[in-house]
Amino acid sequence: MSITNMNETEKIFTLALFSRNKAGILNRITSVFSRIKLNIDSLNVSETESEGVFRYSIKVHTTEKLIRRLTKQIEKQVDVIKAVFATDEYIVQQEIALYKIPTSAMLDEIKTEKVIRDHNARIITMHRDYTIIEKTGHKHETQELFEALEPYGIYEFVRSGPISISKLKTQFPNLKYGSKQ
Amino acid sequence: MFKVENTNKKPIINHNFQERNEDEQLEPTVNMLGSEALINCLIAEGIEIMFGYPGGAIMPTYDVIHQKQDAIKHVLVRHEQGAIFAAQGYARASGKVGVCIATSGPGATNLITGIADAQIDSTPLVCITGQVHKDLLGTDAFQETDIIDISMPITKWNYKITEASQIPKVLARAFYIAKSGRPGPVLIDITKNAQMEYLDYCYKKCHYFSSYHPEPSPSLQSVKAAANLINTAKKPLVVFGQGVILGNAEKEFNEFLDKTGIPAASTIMGLSAIDNNHKNYVGMLGMHGNYAPNLLTNECDVLIAIGMRFDDRVTGSLDTYAKQAKIIHLEIDPSEIDKNVNADVAVVGNVKYTIPQLTKRVGEDQYPKWLQQFKYLQKQEFDAVIKDDLAPQSEQISMPEVIELVNELTNNNAIIVTDVGQHQMAACRYAKFTQSRSMITSGGLGTMGFCIPAAMGAKIAEPNRTVIGIVGDGGVQMNIQELGTIMQTEIDVKIIILNNQFLGMVRQWQELYFDKRYASTDITSPDYQKLASAYGIGSNKVTSRKELQQALENMLNHNGAYLLEVMVGQEDNVFPMISPGCSVSEMRLK
Repeated sequence: MSITNMNETEKIFTLALFSRNKAGILNRITSVFSRIKLNIDSLNVSETESEGVFRYSIKVHTTEKLIRRLTKQIEKQVDVIKAVFATDEYIVQQEIALYKIPTSAMLDEIKTEKVIRDHNARIITMHRDYTIIEKTGHKHETQELFEALEPYGIYEFVRSGPISISKLKTQFPNLKYGSKQ
Repeated sequence: MFKVENTNKKPIINHNFQERNEDEQLEPTVNMLGSEALINCLIAEGIEIMFGYPGGAIMPTYDVIHQKQDAIKHVLVRHEQGAIFAAQGYARASGKVGVCIATSGPGATNLITGIADAQIDSTPLVCITGQVHKDLLGTDAFQETDIIDISMPITKWNYKITEASQIPKVLARAFYIAKSGRPGPVLIDITKNAQMEYLDYCYKKCHYFSSYHPEPSPSLQSVKAAANLINTAKKPLVVFGQGVILGNAEKEFNEFLDKTGIPAASTIMGLSAIDNNHKNYVGMLGMHGNYAPNLLTNECDVLIAIGMRFDDRVTGSLDTYAKQAKIIHLEIDPSEIDKNVNADVAVVGNVKYTIPQLTKRVGEDQYPKWLQQFKYLQKQEFDAVIKDDLAPQSEQISMPEVIELVNELTNNNAIIVTDVGQHQMAACRYAKFTQSRSMITSGGLGTMGFCIPAAMGAKIAEPNRTVIGIVGDGGVQMNIQELGTIMQTEIDVKIIILNNQFLGMVRQWQELYFDKRYASTDITSPDYQKLASAYGIGSNKVTSRKELQQALENMLNHNGAYLLEVMVGQEDNVFPMISPGCSVSEMRLK
């Protein structure tokens, strides 16, 4: 069946890619998505336990048939070492969010202390004018804290994309599926 | 100035040139100029010729090309698109890596169409582009363009060299990537400072690097499963593509067909991989292919796809494509598996190795009844289409009868290079081949303007073979400036313009699907004979059937390049045809 008339349901998939450190490889990877006008929900690049190897966590909302095709097309890129995809139940993931709120909200409001405690957030720094709070967790968790803090006034808010790690026992470079070999 | 001379004179490449020392250089040569190192890399890779056009950012390299012209030839084209199409023609005819070279900015961007063409048709190319000095990168300098980013989605690999010391390693990798696995175009962008700096030169050919596995090894299990399916099949059908040619697997493929007796149909890119007279050969697949293999795709019980990628022009509507059949897919590129058609058994690997493994395990079945079904449909196609194509009732010459005469006069031995459109379909349907690598056409991208430069490259690759370019009156005007290259380099190509005074294929669609509203498809031509004569090229024009054979003979006997214009039926259509969105089994004869 062609990709245009698929009746498959769409899901959130997380791609884990490993590439050599080469300028421009990120464009090669993202162009596989932009070519078919598929939005990338989030993307994170980091170093790995292997020197010179970079790891990309990419989240997209699509069908399994399409994600299979895209994963192979990404893995085909000469500088990509490996590409695998998984649905949420097979990975552990975390996001980090930072909140800048007025310090007066900490000093004058009695409830802020409980909000921070209930959400397992922590205070990173306090300044005369503002306080910075950090929270890690899933998106809905950082979002809940955002909503809880909103009444006190949020100066600035930033949230990373998720980073994820597989629930398989094996580790890169011995992941069981999607190997180029 | 060197010349490409006629076959009875000295060939452009002296193939007896002393054998190059294949041994890798172990001791570095100190203080070599980057541009010299670049050309030395090409020589070390066995490159004998490149096609290009000079300009500011690549001048230091051209200076070395001038100094080393005894070891490596350069053909000056008239437009960079001509250079890359010529390199493609060269690569497709020879099986070697084609090399083209251009300057930065417009020189580089003029290569883009050819790069896209080579990517989709898996043609091994190394394209070298000059780039502004590294300190000027990102400043909108004169003739600066970010060709690496522009070419990224259409190259197999690309790399920007900004220091001379990177040259040997990157070039070695470029050639390795271009030709290994599923071949493709590689672009190397080299800044002017890198060409002018000095390095310690030491060239080692690349045979491996860690993130790249060009030839996945097939699992024995999949080979066995494929053999089992074939052995139980009653109506198996082989559909093969360019993978057979790219893998140099023609012999192995023939052995497989000889043993099994399975009927085999070719994609446009697979043409000439086997002799048209092979007893199993049942014709071409696709939109304008043959009637029998298209219809019977939807009747076979096992479809064995070999080195092909189920392009939409081959499959028609995927919803109704070979649904009754088990699919076996032999393919080197894992990303092609299940892309368009789901494979029941995927044998991933180079067909040169997977076909013999399969041959070993399949029985010597013959399928006389099944082949009879092909014969029956072939007869239907002959009566409805081919008979009139080859011997038209009308006074006007038809495209197929020109191709048929070319077959006769060349004993099916010519290299046919086409452009894109109706004449291309006529050539692919009717040209006959006895040798592999004899049909050079822009299959995937369908690029008009391909024919003349690609024919030049093919002739340079195979100086002892007759190279005939078949081109329409639209396509010929797209890279007609390359007649200047043919003149200057004296390339002995024969060009047949099949002139129907229309952009014929688009006109055919307008007739069939747009109520004959011929929007911008009537095209006028210059006086091609005057034009040829201006370029010092022999020419003739034929309007009636009785002159045709003599004119073709004169063309073939002419010493040097020749342009023959043949006026053909203005509103002739190419049939049979699978209408867009229809199933292969709905192919129409009229």
